[in-house]
Amino acid sequence: MLDADFFRRWMFATTVAVDHEAARLTELDSAIGDADHGSNLQRGFAAVSQILEQESPDTPGGVLTLAGRQLISKVGGASGPLYGTLLRRTGKALGDAAEVSEADLAAALRAGVDAVAALGGAAPGDKTMLDALVPAVDALDGGDLAAARTAAEHGAEATTPLQARRGRASYLGPRSIGHQDPGATSAALLIGALAETAEGSAA
Amino acid sequence: MTAPDKAVGIVLVSHSREVAESVARLAAGLAGGGTLAPVAAAGGTEDGGLGTSSELISAAAASVDRGAGVAVLVDLGSAVLTVKSLLAEGDELPDGTRLVDAPFVEGAVAAVVSASAGADLDAVVAAASEAYTYRKE
Repeated sequence: MLDADFFRRWMFATTVAVDHEAARLTELDSAIGDADHGSNLQRGFAAVSQILEQESPDTPGGVLTLAGRQLISKVGGASGPLYGTLLRRTGKALGDAAEVSEADLAAALRAGVDAVAALGGAAPGDKTMLDALVPAVDALDGGDLAAARTAAEHGAEATTPLQARRGRASYLGPRSIGHQDPGATSAALLIGALAETAEGSAA
Repeated sequence: MTAPDKAVGIVLVSHSREVAESVARLAAGLAGGGTLAPVAAAGGTEDGGLGTSSELISAAAASVDRGAGVAVLVDLGSAVLTVKSLLAEGDELPDGTRLVDAPFVEGAVAAVVSASAGADLDAVVAAASEAYTYRKE
């Protein structure tokens, strides 16, 4: 079972991963976006870690809901409301339980991903974060976090040949082809941090 | 033209502080004399950069709320997504706040003119949305 502390460590691990990869995310975003994805997420998750050190919600749902609100409030770009909605809806789907199973997490994360798709009006294949998140939640259905990480990474890599149909990159048309999507790349970091947190707990 | 006590409030959300403030001035100027409906600009990030700030949007909406609803007009990407996610949150914006699907400049003028004339929220939203139907060629 996964408790509030597990979810706090997931958010801290994501902050570290985003920090580590910020330059790469911004480089990917400079090819097809406005070159701020790394710095925006870095600022957002730094704020998430900061508030989780000050306030300590005692349920998994509380941790993710607080993190999501913080992202919406601190990130000036589209990644704020998108990741904020993902975490907040996942948190709300987890409800008030003090501990949740991997299967509960899988179901809640699917609700979060569905909310992101509705908010942005995007579907898999549009070259967005959904191209990493949807395969990840599909793989997570069996509760296997390592499989979710692999699926998210493959999903992010598979965005390279796609033409963007959402967001600023869509204005580039065919010129968006040949570049890995920064949003799918950061989504793979989030899922990777989840798997890493689970491995750390098991050790 | 006199706006009733309970005029619909208008919030203009742009990626740029200057764009939001300028469009607010343009719309107020074209709404002419008499009492203006309350208009607030929420442009850029809190530090003055390009982007969207949920804090500025919430504060702007609260500042124009007179109890008759608030019409929010937005420009691009993160402005749209941030307002939608604030509306989904439920308690971040005044009751009766609506995101209006309208062109930013033309919609702002239509919204401010109609709200200043005493139109209710449905009529303000309709006037702003109708600005899409005006073709330029």
